[in-house]
Amino acid sequence: MFDIQTQLFEGQEICFGPIDHEKDPEVEARWTHDSEFMRLMETNPARPMSAAMLKKQYEKLEKQIEEDKNHYHFMIRLKADERLIGKAAVQRIEWANGNGFIRIGIGAAEDRRKGYGTQALRMLLRFAFAELNLFRVTAVAPEYNEGAIVLLQKFGFVQEVCRRKALERDGRRWDLYVFGLLNDEWRNQAKA
Amino acid sequence: MKDLFRGELVRFTFEEPDVRAKAEARWQRDSEFVRLADSDPTQLSSEKKIKEWFDKQAESGPQPERYSFSVRTLADDRYIGFLGLWVDLIHSEAWVGLGIGEREFWSKGYGSDMMKLCLQYVFTELGLERLSLGLHEYNPRALRSYEKCGFRLEGRTRQDAMREGKRTDTLWMGILREEWLQMQNGDQK
Amino acid sequence: MKDIFTGKFVRLSAFDPEEMSKAFARWNLNSEYFRLLNSSARPMKSAKSNIKWMEEEVAEMSLASYYFSIRTLAEDKLIGELGLDVVDWAGRDAFVGLGIGETEYWSKGYGTDIMNVLLRYAFTEINLKRVTLTVFEYNPRAIRSYEKVGFRQEGRRRHALNREGQRWDELYMGILREEWMELDHQAPGAGDGG
Repeated sequence: MFDIQTQLFEGQEICFGPIDHEKDPEVEARWTHDSEFMRLMETNPARPMSAAMLKKQYEKLEKQIEEDKNHYHFMIRLKADERLIGKAAVQRIEWANGNGFIRIGIGAAEDRRKGYGTQALRMLLRFAFAELNLFRVTAVAPEYNEGAIVLLQKFGFVQEVCRRKALERDGRRWDLYVFGLLNDEWRNQAKA
Repeated sequence: MKDLFRGELVRFTFEEPDVRAKAEARWQRDSEFVRLADSDPTQLSSEKKIKEWFDKQAESGPQPERYSFSVRTLADDRYIGFLGLWVDLIHSEAWVGLGIGEREFWSKGYGSDMMKLCLQYVFTELGLERLSLGLHEYNPRALRSYEKCGFRLEGRTRQDAMREGKRTDTLWMGILREEWLQMQNGDQK
Repeated sequence: MKDIFTGKFVRLSAFDPEEMSKAFARWNLNSEYFRLLNSSARPMKSAKSNIKWMEEEVAEMSLASYYFSIRTLAEDKLIGELGLDVVDWAGRDAFVGLGIGETEYWSKGYGTDIMNVLLRYAFTEINLKRVTLTVFEYNPRAIRSYEKVGFRQEGRRRHALNREGQRWDELYMGILREEWMELDHQAPGAGDGG
């Protein structure tokens, strides 16, 4: 079904948008001070950042995106009040191979468990498969990130690789899972 | 203390940018070689461009995240290939990529010798906990070699590469420090 | 995943060059503070001259250097700064430096709390095997605080410092990951489920 009427960047309660260089740095700066969130979102050490530091990071990011042409970055906002609640990306895209990595994070603890992650992933997958025409997408999650694992499995992602003890945190080593979803698999689900 | 850079068939060396560039420029023209080693679309770069890239690397000085070796045979000092390590300093693991540009040295144990030397370096000099690698499913020779060295298959990302109109998987392997140590102890019995 | 930024009295916060350059300039006016932290005299630096090196360091986001500002949990007040610099990755050792610029927070357990948070970060987020620090012989308050946290004196550079007409030693102290883990540190303020 050829449907260009359904908005790519609008969901039920959330929408995807570009970076707001004035307002977003302060909000994301708060997320970076939440080490529990950062340790779920990043494998690199959690580091608190100021709004000024994030502003600089956004500039670097947009420049990189323009140069590398293999990265799409979205800020997630609530439609109701345009409040920034998270971010989503399709990155490390290999055009010749038709693959890319997806990432989603809902920054503030109070915004989680509200279904926003599910809506965001649904929109991101549609963008990756129906707009970027990728053949498959990959997602990575450490074994301790149960929320991410459950969400990915809900969308039919298959756990393809177990990188044993690839990560170290809290004094022990953890497995890192790699998940994959093919365009066909996504399309069949969407039909169902 | 062992000589870390000397195996049974090969040794690790450092070659000057112009020597490396000359060899790499020649090897990259072997598209089968490149397609086994890489997943990016194969392309041809001039020797000048390759040398500039190596020069830039040399200028930035040694970095703890990156180790680059050239490989020469012990028998007649032939420059046959390379081995590179990318280290994740926080999690004490590394990725390895190697290639034998000189075809006549394929399937003769040179790859395994290079990998064994690399494993020794990673676990006894860099003190890391894990070594990882990825390879194409259409490279069974490499898979056999790495399994012999102790790597375990940890999974495959399905159909994430496409070549000659066919979708292929990428295989992912890893070896843990304790596994490698056990293999060493086994040898000494 | 545990919260590793929060202690009993303080939390680790961003090292913002704009804010910290001003704070450093202000704190270093206190010569006692300066002399406890710095081995030799330096010209006073304005906020403007501080900001340049801070911006460069912070922008680099090197995996070998970590800077934090320290804020109180009670009033969210900026009271000091903390830095961690990896010496080398093979040994997985880093130097830590901390300074409580707001002197009314001295001798109240803040230093110990900050150091505990720092060590948790060093050992469970950067995955280091040891942490080193240097402290001056004429700073007994700091030496006691570090010993309480588990640091051991490992050596000294004898007569390395020259102040008030006397020579003083610079002490090297260190703590190993195993030693810290054994000391059964809880993460105060975090939902500790183990």
